[in-house]
Amino acid sequence: MNKVLMKGNEALAEAAVRAGCRYFFGYPITPQTELPQYLSKRMPEIGGVFLQAESEIAAINMVYGASGAGARVMTSSSSPGISLKAEGISYIAGAELPCVIVNMMRGGPGLGTIQPAQGDYFQATKGGGHGDYKLLVLAPASVQEAVDLTIQAFDLADKYRNPVMILGDGILGQMMEPVEFKLTENNELPVKEWATTGKKGRKKNIINSLYLQAEKLEQHVNRLADKFGEMEAKEQKAETYLTDDAEILLAAYGTTSRVCRKAVDMAREEGIKAGLFRPISLWPFPEYALQQVLGRVKGILTVEMSLGQMIEDVRLAVNGKVPTDFYGRVGGMVPTSRDVLEKIVAFREVL
Amino acid sequence: MLEEIVIAGFGGQGVMSMGQLLAYAGMLENKQVAWIPSYGPEMRGGTANCAVTISNTEISSPLVTEPSVCIVMNKPSLDKFEPTIKTGGLLFVNTSLIDAKPKREDISIYEIPANAIANEIGNSKVANMVMLGAVLEVIKAIEPESILESLRKVLPPQRHNLIPLNAQALQKGAEMVR
Repeated sequence: MNKVLMKGNEALAEAAVRAGCRYFFGYPITPQTELPQYLSKRMPEIGGVFLQAESEIAAINMVYGASGAGARVMTSSSSPGISLKAEGISYIAGAELPCVIVNMMRGGPGLGTIQPAQGDYFQATKGGGHGDYKLLVLAPASVQEAVDLTIQAFDLADKYRNPVMILGDGILGQMMEPVEFKLTENNELPVKEWATTGKKGRKKNIINSLYLQAEKLEQHVNRLADKFGEMEAKEQKAETYLTDDAEILLAAYGTTSRVCRKAVDMAREEGIKAGLFRPISLWPFPEYALQQVLGRVKGILTVEMSLGQMIEDVRLAVNGKVPTDFYGRVGGMVPTSRDVLEKIVAFREVL
Repeated sequence: MLEEIVIAGFGGQGVMSMGQLLAYAGMLENKQVAWIPSYGPEMRGGTANCAVTISNTEISSPLVTEPSVCIVMNKPSLDKFEPTIKTGGLLFVNTSLIDAKPKREDISIYEIPANAIANEIGNSKVANMVMLGAVLEVIKAIEPESILESLRKVLPPQRHNLIPLNAQALQKGAEMVR
């Protein structure tokens, strides 16, 4: 058996190493600090670079630089730190640079709290930084999935030359579960002909997000739009649980989806036909998969650790065909399965 | 089999490591496990707790809000977690540090003077292992040998001299509930 018991933060860090990431720039913040802590020890062992920057803003711009030079690079933070990185993330997307950004969300707004939350869904999927750009956003629900998605994230970032965000929360970061690293050290990384590696013997490469001529910028942004369109077509990902005969469908991602899965089991014990739809990719939102499970669904209850953010994408995807309701806790509070069950029962009565 | 266990006490009583050992041992026995710490703004001497889930099937929610087993190492933990235990659940109370009696009548209560026993065998630090020994004897979800195997894996070699003491503590705890 090759399983090890690891914290989400540490497992995710090791996954990055296995995926060939050799550069990490970050700044500590609870509840993700074990991730940089782990890499501060691990990177020197494998000839990589771990650097604790003077701020989140510095760290994200170091990511820009390393990625521009063709490196596999990652940064991580938690909610307030991601806000600080937002400008750099927009620049990275504009300059079409691949990287992986981890956000282990905590309660906000402002400094908020160190406890888990999901209040950064809008920031992750709808922008955060300025301008027309999109991040691929992946939301693991277990430590094993955090490992698997992190490894995929580096490949997706390279494939689309676009930043990929792993969106977890404090519980995923702090929780320990058995994990298996299914990939050996990946030494064959894609060749990056666009990287600024020194121009000797080839044509000049320029990495930039500034296009002062409107016609040129429009061309550039439209090209980005084509890329985002391709991601929307190809990268939607979701998991369903007991949806075949479901009349009440729960929609939840990350830690909250685990709470909801248990609530589904509890509801089934009471004879309520409940099911769960769990987006794994938050952007692109898995709308096709959601539309496919609507068969007998009478109502969709979205559950989040927020005031209601993903529910907007759920509503867009079902486009008024099915009634929707919402249950959320905020401020670092986590909904319990029993709370969700009560909400299912109440929702069922009004349908 | 599904055990949802909450372990609570003062910071420094080894409640986090007790939980991690349980999870590690469960993994070695090819069971599904999850361990979640409370990571609130705690300080030294404050309360700490963790939740461990051990199951034969996939764990839906690793968050434990209605534990089937609750281990309390100090009085504030008894006050906080006694009301949360599932009907028919088990409560293990460290009577060395808790004078108060539990109030619930719909659960099984095991009173273990964990610190006193740990002192008898020569090291108060293994009070957590005494407690764990008692718990394992009752719930039978994990073999004590798997706990010792986990210790061999997580302790650095220069600390392996402490394993016999831990084995003795598990043993003494188990004797308390036989």
